[in-house]
Amino acid sequence: ALMGCVAGTGEGGPSSPRVFVVRRDQDIYIQTLRKLFNESHGIFIGLQRSEEELAGKSRKAQLVQVSKNYRSVIRACMEDMHQAAISTRDPALHSQYSTQVSILSAMELIWNLCEILFVEAAAAGPLLLRLLDWVRLHVCDVDNMVREVLSSENPSKHELFWNVVDVFVLQGRMDEARHLLSKEASANPTSVNMYRILDDLMKKMPVPSLGNTQTLTEMELKWQHWHEECQRYLQDGTFASNSHMESICKILLGDEDAILEKKELMTTWYHFLVTRLLYSHPTVKPMELRFYAQACMDLFLGGESSPEPLDTILMAAFEFEMHQVIKECSIALSNWWFVAHLTDLLDHCKLLQSHNLYFGSNMREFLLLEYASGLFSHHSLWQLGVDYFDHCPEYGRVYLELHIERIPLNTEQKALKVLRICEQRQMHEQVRSICKIMAMKALRNNRLGSALSWSIRAKDAAFATLISDRFLKDYCERGCFSDLDLIDNLGPSMLLSDRLTFLEFHRLYGEKRFSEAARLLLMLMTAHIAPCSFWMTLLTDALPLLEQKEVIFSAEQTYELMRCLEDLTAGKSDKQRFQDDDVESMKVEMLRLALARNLARVIVKEGTLEGS
Amino acid sequence: QDNRISLWSVGDVGNVDLDGEYQRDPQLLCDIRHDGDVMDMQFLDQERIVVASSTGTVTVFRHHQNNQTLSANQRWEKAHYHVDQDTTCGGAPCTGVICNNPEIVTVGEDGRINLFRADQKDAVRTIDNADSSTLHAVTFLRTTEILTVNSIGQLKIWDLRQQRNEPSQIFSLTGDRVPLHCVDRHPNQQHIVATGGQDGMLSIWDIRQGSMPVSLLNAHEAEMWEVHFHPSNPDHLFTCSEDGSLWHWDTSTDISEKPSFLHQGGRSTTYFSHSTINQSVVSAWLSNDPTKDRMKITNLIPNQTLSVNSLDILGPCLVYGTDAEAIYVNRQLFA
Repeated sequence: ALMGCVAGTGEGGPSSPRVFVVRRDQDIYIQTLRKLFNESHGIFIGLQRSEEELAGKSRKAQLVQVSKNYRSVIRACMEDMHQAAISTRDPALHSQYSTQVSILSAMELIWNLCEILFVEAAAAGPLLLRLLDWVRLHVCDVDNMVREVLSSENPSKHELFWNVVDVFVLQGRMDEARHLLSKEASANPTSVNMYRILDDLMKKMPVPSLGNTQTLTEMELKWQHWHEECQRYLQDGTFASNSHMESICKILLGDEDAILEKKELMTTWYHFLVTRLLYSHPTVKPMELRFYAQACMDLFLGGESSPEPLDTILMAAFEFEMHQVIKECSIALSNWWFVAHLTDLLDHCKLLQSHNLYFGSNMREFLLLEYASGLFSHHSLWQLGVDYFDHCPEYGRVYLELHIERIPLNTEQKALKVLRICEQRQMHEQVRSICKIMAMKALRNNRLGSALSWSIRAKDAAFATLISDRFLKDYCERGCFSDLDLIDNLGPSMLLSDRLTFLEFHRLYGEKRFSEAARLLLMLMTAHIAPCSFWMTLLTDALPLLEQKEVIFSAEQTYELMRCLEDLTAGKSDKQRFQDDDVESMKVEMLRLALARNLARVIVKEGTLEGS
Repeated sequence: QDNRISLWSVGDVGNVDLDGEYQRDPQLLCDIRHDGDVMDMQFLDQERIVVASSTGTVTVFRHHQNNQTLSANQRWEKAHYHVDQDTTCGGAPCTGVICNNPEIVTVGEDGRINLFRADQKDAVRTIDNADSSTLHAVTFLRTTEILTVNSIGQLKIWDLRQQRNEPSQIFSLTGDRVPLHCVDRHPNQQHIVATGGQDGMLSIWDIRQGSMPVSLLNAHEAEMWEVHFHPSNPDHLFTCSEDGSLWHWDTSTDISEKPSFLHQGGRSTTYFSHSTINQSVVSAWLSNDPTKDRMKITNLIPNQTLSVNSLDILGPCLVYGTDAEAIYVNRQLFA
C-alpha cells in the first residue's frame, strides 16, 4: 500500500527491454479520502489568499493555524476511515481501511512534528512542552491499559498499576502520576514517608513555561537545584525499599538505563527521546535535537531492528533537513497529497530555499503539479486541481491547458463548467475547441439550436455558418423549416453569419415585408452570400414575389435575377440538362416566364409618369 | 463512478433550541446507487423522490420509513434520447424535473418534454423536438401549464391541455441569446416568474404583459444554476451560481411584519394576512428600480471557492450543495 509506482531501473545494455509497471493513483478513488482532498483544497486556497503583509508574530500565528487546520482534516479523515474499518464485514476492505488509518496516523505524526519544529519554530523551553504534547497525542498504544487501571475498583491493587504510573512519569504527566500514587499511599501506610518525598519532588519539578514568566537561565538554575535534591534522596537510599519508587526517582534523574528499562511502555524511540530530554535537558535548543535524536534511536533500536521509513523521516525532521523530509515522504507515501501541501506551507513560511530542480521549477511547484495532475484523472476531483494549477506560476497554466481539454464532457453542464474555467483564464484556444466539440455533437444529434448556442458562445462565425448550411439543407429536403422558433428569434446573432442572413429573408417574407425581402434576396444572390447550391431554391422562392399584384422587383432587379438564372443554367453541361427531370426544367421555364412578365409590367410602370 | 442518492436527517426543522448555537451534523439515513449524474430531483410526495439522470433515465425512488431504506419504485428509461437519422442513439441527459403529484414533467438536452404520471408505465404525453436547443429547466405555471427555459435564452409557456406541439407563448431577451438555466414561479402571484442566465443575470418577468422581463438584475459573475422563491415567504428569493456565491434577495419592507419563523410552516395560523403579502410583493418584485432601498441582497457564503450547484428552502431552513462535495444546512435562516 505504500508504493505508488514501480519502475524498472535502467541498468544493462541499450538492447535489454524493460517492462515498466505503471499504476494509476488508486488513492483518489478511496471514498473516505475525498473529504481530505476537498477540505484541504479549501485550506490551501485560504492560505494562498491570506495576508502576506502580516509580519512577524501574527503571520506565524496564522501559519500555525493553517497547519493545525490541515492536521484536523487528517484526523477527521482518520476517524471516518476508522469507522469504516470497524463497520465493514469484508475482511479485505477492513484490512485496506486499517492500513489507511495507520498511514493517516503516520502522516499526522510527521506533520505535527514539522509544525513544531518548522512552522512554529518553537524555541528552547516551549520546544520541550510541544514535544511532550506531541508524544502524548500520538503514542496511544498504552491508552487501553491506562483506561483499564483507572476504571478498576481498586487501581492500586491492579497488576498494571505501576506500569500506568510509569507511563505518566515518562510522559511528564506529573499531576496524574501523583494522583495515582496517592491512592497507593493511602492503601499502603508504611510507604507514606517515601510517597510524600516522591510526591514533593514531582510537584516541585521545574518545567519550561510558555509565557515569559521566567527566563531560560532561571529555569536551568532551578532545575539544577532540583536535580541535585533528587540525587541526594536517591543516594540516601530513601526509596531503597520500594523498587518501583526507586526506578521512578531514577527516571526523574534522567538515568538512561532506568528509562530504557521501560521500553515497552514507550514503544517508540522518539518517545524515549522526549522523555530523556525532559529529564536531562529540558531547555534543549532546536539545533541540539539532532544529536540526541540519533543517539536515542540507536540506543532504543539497539541493533535489533533497523529504522523504518517513518523513523528515517522523523530523524530527518529532528535534523532540520527539510528537503530530506520531503524526499523521504515522497518515496514512502503513495500519494502526493501530503508532500504537496506540507511543502507549500513550508514555502509560505519562507523556509525552503528555492534551489531549482533540473527542469526549472522549484520543489513546491513540482509537487503541486504532480498532485494536481493526479486529481485530473478523477471524474469529479479535477475541479480541485484547477485551483492548484492556478497557484503554480511557472508551469501551472500549461498543465491546465493540456489537462482541461481531456476532461470527458458527458453533459452540457459539465462542459459549461469547463468553459467557465477556461474563459476566466483567457484560454481562448480551449474555449473554441470545446465549443466546437459540443457544437459538432449537437449537430450530429440534430440539435441545431444547441449547436447555434455553442457557436455563439465561441463567437465562432465560421461555425455559425456551418450550422445555417444545415438549416438550408433541411429546408431543401423538407420544403419547410423544422425549427421555426429558432429563426423567428435569431435576432442579432444573425449578424454572426452571412448564411443566417438568408433566414432573415424568410422572416421578412412571412411578415409580408415584400420589398425588403426582395432587396435581401437580391443581395444574397448577387453578393454571392447564398451558396450556389441554394440559388435555385431562392429563385423559386422569388416566384411568389414575382406573381404579386403589386410589382416588387424593379427593372434593374429583374435583369439581375434573369442573369442569375442564366448563370445557373449555363453552368450546367448539356448532359446535365438532359438528366434534369421534368420538374427541374419546368421550374426553370416557370421562372423565365415569371421574370419576363415581371419585366414587362415593371417597364410599363416605370415608363408611366406618376400622378397627373 | 459511484453516484448515490442519499437521504439525510437534519433534526427538527423549525424548532430552534433556546441555546441555539450547537446544531447537530446532518445524519445519513439511507442511500442508494444511482446510474449517471444526478441532474435534478424533487419530492413527489412524502415518500417518493423523482430523480433526473444524465443517462436520460427518470427514476422514482421510494423512501421506506420503517426500515430506513430507499428503493427504486419506478423507472422511465431513455425518457430522453438523441435521434440521428431517425434511429435512436444514446440517452440524452435529463436536465430538469418538476412534480405536481401525480404528474411529473421532465425536460432534457434532447429538447423533449415528457409528461409522466406516477404509476403509469408509459409517458402520458411526449413533445418531441419541443425545442431545437437544450431545455435547461421546467416548472409548473398552473396545473395545466408549464414554463421552460432553454439554451438560446427563451422562456416558453406550454399548455398541456392543447394537443399541438407548440408553445403558447415565447419570451426572450433582446440582444445576445444568453442561455437561461433556471426558472421559478412566485408561489402566490402566478404571473411573476424569475429566471437565471448563463451570465449570472436574474430576470423577473410579468408574463401577463409584454415579452420582455420587468427587471434585469446583475447578480452573479457566472452561470446562475438555481433560483427559488421562498415557498411561504416569497418576499425572499435565493439564487446560487458557478461563481461560488449564494445570494439572498430580500424585498420585504416592513420589519414589523417579519414573520416569526419559529413556527412550523403550514399548520400554524397565519402570521400575516395574504393581502399584505400581495401588496408588498407586487410593488417589490415588479418594481422597475430595484436599487431603491427596498431590496436587500446578501451573499450567504463568506469564503466562496467552488460552484454552488443547487439549493432549496423550506421554512427557516436552507440547504445547498457545492462542487467541493459539501452540503451546508442553515436552520436559522431568518434569525
